[in-house]
Amino acid sequence: MHKPSIGLRRLIQTGVFVGALTASVAGAAADTIKVGILHSLSGTMAISETTLKDAMLMLIDEQNKKGGLLGKQLEPVIVDPASNWPLFAEKARELISKDKVSAVFGCWTSVSRKSVLPVFEELNGMLFYPVQYEGEESSRNVFYTGAAPNQQAIPAVEYLMSEDGGGATRFALLGTDYVYPRTTNKILRAFLNAKGVADEDIMEEYTPFGHSDWQTIVSRVKAFASEGKKTAVVSTINGDANVPFYKELANQGVKAEDLPVVAFSVGEEELAGIDTAPLVGHLAAWNYFMSVETPENAEFIKKWHAFTKDENRVTNDPMEAHYIGFKMWVQAVEQAGTTDVDAVRQAMYGQTVTSLTGTKAVMNVNHHLSKPVLIGEVQDDGQFETVWKTDGPVIGDAWSDFIPESKKLTANWTYPWVCGNCEKPKF
Amino acid sequence: MCQHHAYRLSRLFTIISLIIFLAALSVINGSYALATPAERDAALQLLTEKSSKKRGAGIDALAASGDPAAAPILAAMASGELYFQKTDKRVVIAKKQKDGYAVVDPISNEALGVLPSKGLRKIRVNNRLRRQIRGVLGGLNLSHPDAEKRLAAASGLQKSPDPALRPALKKAFAAEADKDVKAAMAMALAVIDSKPEAAAEDRLAAIELLTDSDATEARIILTQLASDTEKDANVRAAATVALDTVEDRLFYYQTLGSIFQGLSLGSVLLLAAIGLAITFGVMGVINMAHGEMVMIGAYVTFMIQEVFRSVAPEYFGLSLALAVPAAFLASGGLGVLMERSVIRWLYGRPLETLLATWGISLILQQAVRTIFGPTNREVGNPEWMSGAVELTGGVLLTYNRIWIIVFALAVLAGVWALIRFTSMGLEMRAVTQNRRMANSMGIRSGRVDALTFGLGSGVAGMAGVALSQVDNVSPNLGQAYIIDSFMVVVFGGVGNLWGTLVGAFSLGIVNKFLEPVSGAVLGKIIVLVAIILFIQKRPRGLFALKGRAVEN
Repeated sequence: MHKPSIGLRRLIQTGVFVGALTASVAGAAADTIKVGILHSLSGTMAISETTLKDAMLMLIDEQNKKGGLLGKQLEPVIVDPASNWPLFAEKARELISKDKVSAVFGCWTSVSRKSVLPVFEELNGMLFYPVQYEGEESSRNVFYTGAAPNQQAIPAVEYLMSEDGGGATRFALLGTDYVYPRTTNKILRAFLNAKGVADEDIMEEYTPFGHSDWQTIVSRVKAFASEGKKTAVVSTINGDANVPFYKELANQGVKAEDLPVVAFSVGEEELAGIDTAPLVGHLAAWNYFMSVETPENAEFIKKWHAFTKDENRVTNDPMEAHYIGFKMWVQAVEQAGTTDVDAVRQAMYGQTVTSLTGTKAVMNVNHHLSKPVLIGEVQDDGQFETVWKTDGPVIGDAWSDFIPESKKLTANWTYPWVCGNCEKPKF
Repeated sequence: MCQHHAYRLSRLFTIISLIIFLAALSVINGSYALATPAERDAALQLLTEKSSKKRGAGIDALAASGDPAAAPILAAMASGELYFQKTDKRVVIAKKQKDGYAVVDPISNEALGVLPSKGLRKIRVNNRLRRQIRGVLGGLNLSHPDAEKRLAAASGLQKSPDPALRPALKKAFAAEADKDVKAAMAMALAVIDSKPEAAAEDRLAAIELLTDSDATEARIILTQLASDTEKDANVRAAATVALDTVEDRLFYYQTLGSIFQGLSLGSVLLLAAIGLAITFGVMGVINMAHGEMVMIGAYVTFMIQEVFRSVAPEYFGLSLALAVPAAFLASGGLGVLMERSVIRWLYGRPLETLLATWGISLILQQAVRTIFGPTNREVGNPEWMSGAVELTGGVLLTYNRIWIIVFALAVLAGVWALIRFTSMGLEMRAVTQNRRMANSMGIRSGRVDALTFGLGSGVAGMAGVALSQVDNVSPNLGQAYIIDSFMVVVFGGVGNLWGTLVGAFSLGIVNKFLEPVSGAVLGKIIVLVAIILFIQKRPRGLFALKGRAVEN
């Protein structure tokens, strides 16, 4: 055929060759412990997940400089599931069966986690999942290092209802249309009802992924807020859709002191794309902010800037989750003396790591962490300033107490329960 | 009332300053009293407390001290520029600089030099304190010589009403000359008078005033007065009638607002689709990389803004004007390159074109991701594109949307004129209508193809400049618009610019009227299904081309 297609073909051939070369080099270094990194490096989610891949590489690099683990070097195995949910499952299978990794750190969206879950359970792998999520799950093969709803959503709404938060009694729940916002809002609605907020004081609205025209919704929220009671917005809007949403808020003159927005998926990384001056005072709830002043955090930020060779790179909550998860895994492997998944899992329970916020994070038997909850206000430099935090760590709750059918369930992976969703112990 | 008393005292006994001093001390909310440094300093110390309650008390105490510095100090606090020195708890105003903080004493206005951030701690405000400051500043600035400050004070009081300020407000209202400020003050008075503590006749008068107001606050108050929590039956009845009037009026405004929003969504669709109307509509190339041309335009905007930020920040407002031609050249150039290297080999083979251009779109996306990183890039809105103009009753026309409508129409007019009136346009039309005939007339059809494709891509690049103002600038920007663009072109009628215009605006408006009823997700689905059905009925879209071109 014509010239360009030959060029293309050669390009592909070269790519395959280089790929094969890296694979063989990797195979040659025999005595390493392999760690899988399963984050999208292309597609829609690359915006959030690429940073986590870099964070993992930094943590592994640092561990190797300290002499590795069990006398061996750690070797990262990076795959790119390309924001494609079925591909996540395929890549997970590849990591466990072909690359024989000892643990996998990965996934962002709940749908990708749901997609890899059967693979990890079938092949008895170990996944560390670093993102805040909707709960209602506890798998033997997954450690959830992000926040469960009771570590993020519930405290945030309690804050909005408090005097300092503005005493809101009317809520607009805005979200992207997929499993995380819908489940979280279901829990929140039950929670608000329990607190005496009637259904007519709750507005629930969903938008497609990447929604960019927020004019109608922002005007409707303003109208909703003008109906007599102090109103607040709870946003589970995901990823890219946030920037146009906040721009529209700013342009329509929505001030945080009149109508505060608390977001669960907006961190430092997402704010990097917006001029935050008009957003000062809007809120986010996380377990970590880059602005937290502790020696651990200062050290971490310094290393991150050195590793990425970029003084402007920000850190965020899922990075801290990976930091905690990785440290715990290292400690558990050292304690078990092996990387065998079953042995390491047993050693994981009760592991403590000093988190970047300076508190002791503990891995519980339901595979969720105990961490403090922070609420921060957006500042004009794109950072958050903590305005409220819990007195101590909060235990992550796999099954929400506000959904009747979940309330009965217990997740406990130690004897005699050994179960992620049981009403009574198995043994 | 106390400050009234104080006011009369201070007028009567101006000569006997000692007595005034004593009277001022006894004043609780004495925005008219003289300064007492001790009170002021005690209040300032309260601001450095950890508990937000104590800081709240500090705000009130500072306002009550009557110190002339109180207003600027509170304004600095609200904007997050108030700090205290860790060593001696001295409160200072600090502005961030490159090498630390430029620190100024808030009382003497004496510059204290540039200090490192280590020695300073920010006095935190949360939303409750911001509201409190807004109300307090409203009281302090009511008689400010600057009309704008008075207006801000009055509108602040509307949102954070303080019944204690009623006499002061009444007085300021009587003395006010500026029409706008007077209206705002009347409104603030009405808000205060509508509280249950106020006298019944005052409240009924307030309701009357609120009926004529388009402000959102008016509606909030009327809703409260019309609800069961209101004890006075007369007030409740009057408020219910007023609320009906207000809501009827608001309904019209909302319809107006929806039309504007529809036009604005339509203009975004139009911008994204014009380029495609050329490459797909005129040339018949199914260009899946069209969205990436838009994205490249947005990244060009980002780069130009970066240059402006570092070289000439004072001319930042001009960055977009420069970005438009730059984006046109960048995307257009890339389009020419694409056409010459790939697409020209694939004319007449739509499936291969589709696959090849889709491949190119992935390559471009990943290339941008590699060069600029996967995260969003910040493209600023220049001053003239931020904010909104309020028509009436909360119908806000945001400036960026207005400009985008204007820009979209201008681009359309430009493209139309180019095709209609220039020799290049003539050649373009000739080549698309009958290539062989055009060839034999001496037109180099290959060159025309490249330029036409370049034009379409360049227009897409210009769309990227506009879209960078309302959407994310990320490698995924283009993907979001490719489907919509095809939808508009196919719906409007392939090869017809008017069809693109009508198609874009009608889709925008239909979408915006559906959205409140059906929700955003279902609204999109309904529109898509409706278009599919429409295409079944009229496969050539709204404005079908007639004549020989169709038969090919």
